[in-house]
Amino acid sequence: MADYKPNEMMTIAASRALKDTDVCFVGIGQPSAAANLARLNHAPNVTLIYESGTLGTKPSVLPLSIGDGELCETALTTVSVPEMFRYWLQGGRISVGFLGGAQIDKYANLNTTVVGDYNKPKVRLPGGGGAPEIAISCGEIFIIMKQSKRSFVNKIDFFTSIGHGSGGDSREKFGVRTKGPTRLITDLAIYEPDAETKEMVVTSIHPGVTREAIQENTGWTVRFANDVARTAEPTKQELEILRDLNARTARAHGEAA
Amino acid sequence: MARIVSLAEAVKAAVRDGDTVAMEGFTHLIPHAAGHEIIRQGRKHLTLIRMTPDLIYDQLIGMGCAGKLIFSWGGNPGVGSLHRFRDAVENGWPNRLEIVEHSHAAMANAYEAGAANLPFAAFRGYIGSDLPKVNPHIKRITCPFTGESLAAVPSHRPDVAVIHAQRADRKGNVMIEGVLGVQKEAVLASKRSIVTVEEIVDDFGPRNLNAVILPSWTVGYVAEVPGGAFPSYAQGYYPRNNAFYKEWDEIARERDTFLAWMKANVLEKGPDAFRQYARKLEAAE
Repeated sequence: MADYKPNEMMTIAASRALKDTDVCFVGIGQPSAAANLARLNHAPNVTLIYESGTLGTKPSVLPLSIGDGELCETALTTVSVPEMFRYWLQGGRISVGFLGGAQIDKYANLNTTVVGDYNKPKVRLPGGGGAPEIAISCGEIFIIMKQSKRSFVNKIDFFTSIGHGSGGDSREKFGVRTKGPTRLITDLAIYEPDAETKEMVVTSIHPGVTREAIQENTGWTVRFANDVARTAEPTKQELEILRDLNARTARAHGEAA
Repeated sequence: MARIVSLAEAVKAAVRDGDTVAMEGFTHLIPHAAGHEIIRQGRKHLTLIRMTPDLIYDQLIGMGCAGKLIFSWGGNPGVGSLHRFRDAVENGWPNRLEIVEHSHAAMANAYEAGAANLPFAAFRGYIGSDLPKVNPHIKRITCPFTGESLAAVPSHRPDVAVIHAQRADRKGNVMIEGVLGVQKEAVLASKRSIVTVEEIVDDFGPRNLNAVILPSWTVGYVAEVPGGAFPSYAQGYYPRNNAFYKEWDEIARERDTFLAWMKANVLEKGPDAFRQYARKLEAAE
């Protein structure tokens, strides 16, 4: 049995969700690690797009920011930011958007704006960035987030970007025709929306994780699918590629120019 | 027609107290030297527009230059919080900061509409988001042809745009290669503009035929400030200094360490302080 961390399991499980034919809008951090692992492992032809305008980028190290020079130098081409959001995202040319957040609810709505009241915030978070439109314009959304009671909450403090709204046909009622969050990948499990209610239900549990541990780290009563799978352990190859990528990245970012 | 001047002269001429100022550069080519000059000249009550406030606005906000911020993502990319921005929003230090919050798509559309001399931008956005509840400038409009409901935001029409570019020629034509951001739109949307550049050249030489993004007659002032985008980067010149972005987290976390850093590195320095970061990478071929 391979020795690995929950964080690595999360990144690897997320990377497996990407297909070779996908066009993916990538956010910084965990999404970027997962998307590039997919590209370096099972999906060499996946098209990665960062909101800085880089189309078809193939970075050898993970970027710290959304517009590192590495992303532009290894991209097929780079377009302006208005073009990125208008022609490419709003134009419906992106199959998968990868998001994360500070708070999530059971319908996979995300908060990255504030903790507490908007006008008197306890914590002022960075804000929505590209997320409000990524959430509605990409064909489907994968969310990658570490679980805890603080982040998996019954009621989010602010709706930054829509998931499945209040459930059911919420998205259709808003006139949104894209699928929204189809997968939520955490350090403990994988969730997918219930076909009717759209509540995110656990469909796969990572190795060594119990149902109790999942519930303890979730602020709502977790639903489990009728036939819950066991997530396949990280393979030797997945772990090697991910760790090499992280090591290259740490070396690159440690070097001051 | 662009005038080639020193950075101090450009800021003195173009930026006034109470102005709406857009300092753009999406991760790439952020006009940090110009930001420092605005701080040194003590501008006040500015309305700052920028998609990603970044370190440049953390510094302007912390030094009390801003009364209002129009933005879409206020973090230190890949690192965490902008502590001076947070201190202003959460505690009103050093002054109360009014915020007008958008998404990236709205900001990009608003710049583009400004450049196109339109009063507003329409796009498919903000659906199911709480942002329209806290920002009265986000409205809905119905398409007169299809009936689709779209988001509408007013165009950005700043008094001044400030950007950094790789090169200008002696006439003040401006060239940018790499991540383009919204700089062209920001300058065309603004009444006045300042462009700092890595170098002013007699002739652009071999270049991508689309690389001149602003002809001199669309630009106000051009100032040569080598290294002026540090700690962000200039493609073909120097890389992003990711280590400094991480260090900033410590510098800006507390008010006194922030003020000490600003005194030593901004107030007591001039644009020449950026020269040490300037490099030019050899062409690949």
